[in-house]
Amino acid sequence: MKLISEKGVQRILMLTAFSAISALLLIALFILSEGLPFIFKYGLKDFLFSSEWQPNLGKFGIFAMIVASLWVTFGAMIVGAPLGVACAFFLSEYVPRYIMRIIKPTIELLAAIPSVVYGFIGVMVLAPIIRDNFGGPGLSLLSASIILGIMILPTIISISIDSILAVPQSYREGSLALGATIWQTITMVTIKASKSGIIASIILGLGRAIGETMAVIMVAGNSVNIPHSALDSVRTLTANIALEMSYATGLHRQALFATGVVLFVVIIILNSIASVAIRKRMVKK
Amino acid sequence: MENKINTYKKITVKDLNLYYGKFRALISIELEVQENKITALIGPSGCGKSTLLRCLNRMNDLIHGVKITGNVFLDGTDIYNAALEVAALRKRVGMVFQRPNPFPLTIYENVTYGLKVAGMHNKKKMDAIVENSLKRAWLWEQVKDKLDHPALGLSLDQQQRLCIARLLAVQPEVILMDEPCSSLDPIATMKIEDLMMELKKDYTIVIVTHNMQQASRVSDYTGYMLLGEMIEFDVTKNIFTRPSKKLTEDYISGKYG
Ligand SMILES: Nc1ncnc2c1ncn2[C@@H]1O[C@H](COP(=O)(O)OP(=O)(O)OP(=O)(O)O)[C@@H](O)[C@H]1O
Ligand SMILES: [Mg+2]
Repeated sequence: MKLISEKGVQRILMLTAFSAISALLLIALFILSEGLPFIFKYGLKDFLFSSEWQPNLGKFGIFAMIVASLWVTFGAMIVGAPLGVACAFFLSEYVPRYIMRIIKPTIELLAAIPSVVYGFIGVMVLAPIIRDNFGGPGLSLLSASIILGIMILPTIISISIDSILAVPQSYREGSLALGATIWQTITMVTIKASKSGIIASIILGLGRAIGETMAVIMVAGNSVNIPHSALDSVRTLTANIALEMSYATGLHRQALFATGVVLFVVIIILNSIASVAIRKRMVKK
Repeated sequence: MENKINTYKKITVKDLNLYYGKFRALISIELEVQENKITALIGPSGCGKSTLLRCLNRMNDLIHGVKITGNVFLDGTDIYNAALEVAALRKRVGMVFQRPNPFPLTIYENVTYGLKVAGMHNKKKMDAIVENSLKRAWLWEQVKDKLDHPALGLSLDQQQRLCIARLLAVQPEVILMDEPCSSLDPIATMKIEDLMMELKKDYTIVIVTHNMQQASRVSDYTGYMLLGEMIEFDVTKNIFTRPSKKLTEDYISGKYG
């Protein structure tokens, strides 16, 4: 009944693996080949460090959008990381396990909600609240940060819980047997033992935040300028590409691909910083 | 050390029942633990030794669905009294576990853990206590030059003695040991046993063991448990030479099962 030999299976699997990798490489190559020539033509410095983005006048400076992307991501981390990690510790250390086993999949389900829905809620609920209470247009850096912060919660909570649960129960027992409270046990042992997983969860959340497009377009306001306060309208790199790609031609189109290259590089840099951080801590342990 | 009265009852267990959900794991347990003595609990696997031991510092509170009736008195105070703070109880009644479980911290941090939990910050005081505790656990000479090394790098029996040291640092009154030697080789086991004999001068010790030779070697009192019941409790010599119950005799002589 052997239809395919072991070797055959191996080849097929290898082929699929390679096709996945080569698809990735092709995408990277495509973006680079479309974007890099523009950067050389226009000049890296003008492209990165000028804030003038006026495609009809042939001005393509993306500095404002780089700043906006970084701020929005940073804001999302400020909102999402502490909340997510605290929630993970609450669910895994204070709530009975059987309740946690019900709540965790429910939270993971939140990750399946399309980002356009988050954006919709941001526009309909969050932005008016911000406009009425703090002023500004409402569609702003602050709204985008909060919405993104909420969107990355499932990632952070779920992966943090997994790493907290992986901490041996014997550490907790040892700590409690020495008269520690649950809170002391968390801050003195559990958090240290689950650190790398928690950092990984935050990095994954960060990746999701910086790459998110739809929700950000809907709530960030999209005007190209360097934000002076959290209430200003901003346009991120991702939003810029998505908003203009449909009608861009010629140099403009190439400039958008070049924006993609920058995004690519930023993400690679962030990821390497993060993985270096993880490795350092592991070595220290 | 002043000579303590031989018969002071440190812990008294009265009509203790414990249920894991519907399963009754302890059945009307009566037990008296004498101060500055070693009390051993023996019995076949699953008879409830660990469960009983964990009742003495309320570690069973951590398990969902556990119900306990009856009383455990420590110096005459019922530890299951709602007014009593569990953390304070556990500082007085410490525990050494079956598998050595040092924290993934440095040796020094392991020993000072209980002190920090209790709110101590004075580095000088802590240094002194670390040295003293490690000395009492016979570990000082081996680790004094590497206090900042990770505790998980120690050998298993060093780890177990570190766990004892970190307990001694908080100066408990009672030390509960749940098969403290079961993951150790015979030589390491001997070391821990000698240590126990030394420690009982200052502490009250309750030990769970599978190993009957160990119980007869180190303990002053022995309780034999079977299927959640305390079959017989007596001076160790009596249990091992002339047990009064047939069940005990069968177990001691290896006829059990
Ligand atoms: N968390 C728990 N939930 C349900 N039942 C449990 C739990 N812990 C122990 N039991 C049951 O209670 C009984 C007593 O367990 P316990 O661990 O106290 O036995 P033991 O005498 O220490 O055994 P061993 O020598 O194997 O350590 C066993 O039948 C066990 O299956
Ligand atoms: Mg046991």
